[in-house]
Amino acid sequence: MDNKTIYLDNSSSTRLDEKVLEAMKPYFFDVYAVATSEFGYSLGIEAREALDKARKDISSSLVAHNEEFIFTSGSTESSNIAIKGVAMALRDKKGKHIITSKIEDFPVLYCVKSLENQGYNVTYLNVDKDGFVDLDKLKDSITEKTILVSIQHANQEIGTIQDIKAIGEICKEKEVIFHTDATHTFTRLPLDVSKIPVDLITVSSHTIHGPRGVGGLYVRNETPITKWMDGGFQEFNLRAGIENIPGAVGFSRAVSLVTPEENEYLKSMRDHLIERILNEIPETTLNGHRNNRIPQNANITFHLVEGESITLHLDMRGFAVSTGSACFSRSLEASHVILGIGGDHERAHGSVRFSFSRFNTKEDVDSVVDVVKDVVLELRRISPLKEMNKKEKSK
Amino acid sequence: MKFPYSEKVLKHFRNPHNVGKIEDADGKATEGSPACGDMVSVYIKVDDKTKKIKDIKFESYGCASNIATGSIITDLAKGKTIEDAKKIDWKRASNALGGLPPIKTHCAVLAVDGLHEAIRNYEERQGIVREKKPTTVEIIRKRLKHVMNPLVGLDIIRTNLIKKINIENGKVNIDLDLPSNHQFAANIKEEIIEKVEPLWDVEKVDIKFINN
Repeated sequence: MDNKTIYLDNSSSTRLDEKVLEAMKPYFFDVYAVATSEFGYSLGIEAREALDKARKDISSSLVAHNEEFIFTSGSTESSNIAIKGVAMALRDKKGKHIITSKIEDFPVLYCVKSLENQGYNVTYLNVDKDGFVDLDKLKDSITEKTILVSIQHANQEIGTIQDIKAIGEICKEKEVIFHTDATHTFTRLPLDVSKIPVDLITVSSHTIHGPRGVGGLYVRNETPITKWMDGGFQEFNLRAGIENIPGAVGFSRAVSLVTPEENEYLKSMRDHLIERILNEIPETTLNGHRNNRIPQNANITFHLVEGESITLHLDMRGFAVSTGSACFSRSLEASHVILGIGGDHERAHGSVRFSFSRFNTKEDVDSVVDVVKDVVLELRRISPLKEMNKKEKSK
Repeated sequence: MKFPYSEKVLKHFRNPHNVGKIEDADGKATEGSPACGDMVSVYIKVDDKTKKIKDIKFESYGCASNIATGSIITDLAKGKTIEDAKKIDWKRASNALGGLPPIKTHCAVLAVDGLHEAIRNYEERQGIVREKKPTTVEIIRKRLKHVMNPLVGLDIIRTNLIKKINIENGKVNIDLDLPSNHQFAANIKEEIIEKVEPLWDVEKVDIKFINN
């Protein structure tokens, strides 16, 4: 990627912050020992101390105890450890019923699908037009066989924020374990485990200018969870494997760099883009709730046109965004999130996600809106749907 | 900058040729639907005497592969007799474009089907009536040659994904050599149904994944 590209796909991954790289460097070149060698040589002690400090900094940002946070290779692994770990721990003691929502990201969705193939029962809760889970439906779905509820903190595509406090309280009252995927909210929204009754939280470093291949899982003390990644006794015997100390240090540095002011800044870019597009381009729909959405996300459907054509035109003009179109996905299926909020295929195919970071500016937002306007008008000119749409309307 | 398409595809995508609609077309067809992700309409004007395609236009609701194929096939078909235009298949279109990524060939097939259907529409209007023959396994196999295996960019007949086709009282049963949780299972199933269900004597298509 050249420097001229304006990168607006920050929910997929972010550019590493130089300060993060600086913090990581010594752990590649100087303190490269493994933390488990602390009783062998002093380099091991330094490595152990760095890992402990990274853990302490991240867990305290969640108001959690040190030993409640483990490092992983990213969100996918965190959700796998959480969901499959609880499923294994409770299948013989309590039951095999799991509840989730229809719009979860792939790690959660395919974890429960894989468990379904192994004989677990899964309830996939519907969401409303903005993407919210119905709390009464959740309550009604819990049975005495329910072992786990996994509902995301906010959605990866449309940014809708779930009321995880209310969900956690329902789970706590019914004595069901609650896992939430906070990949897109960690450090962007307040998340305090002393106030929110959640048992397991998936987080990741790559969404906040930290290194890729590093994530974490909050595991509330006494949560029943079976270790299945076998090997050594690292990470409180929950996740075997040599610790990624540079990664852990980089992750904690990335956490420390996010400020409330930055989140407000992201929100201002988001709102500016949404307002301009909805006002200036006809036949557009905002996907997700107008206000109750994460600061870095805007998702808009440009009706009558297909998203991959939009993204390619934008790419040729120097902008990187993503779309929920089937043509864009590796499975050739339209976004399950847009379909999940009641959208039809056309709405999914024409959806474009813009996601912002600290390296974007308001000028970037203005220039992408100007170009999108052009591109969408041009693609509508060649679209056969414009006629069909007119006919629909005149009916 | 790097793009997932050839220079030629990008050229046609940026400035597609023969875009638009012919109001008094002699033949026209729309293939695909918003549900399947791509949709293309093709319009032709045919000279009655020479049977040559005088004018051809297309509209596309689709990705780059679909738009570029629409552009190239209209270029290729223009001025040709309808018999010659019938011989334009997706491989020729794809070659003329300098190749397409395997996962994108089905979007090209759709555009080519649009051309063939527009010609068929012209012939039907001219009174060359095609009789309604009962659907046979051969007819279904022929249709399924237009469903792509996105992994390799070849059709599902050629890549041997179809293990059994059986027709019974308007019900078509197809065994597909794929696990039900395969990356493209849902997509291939949808495309098979789209191709087979419109046959006049087919009421229901049932697809079984047999490689579990």
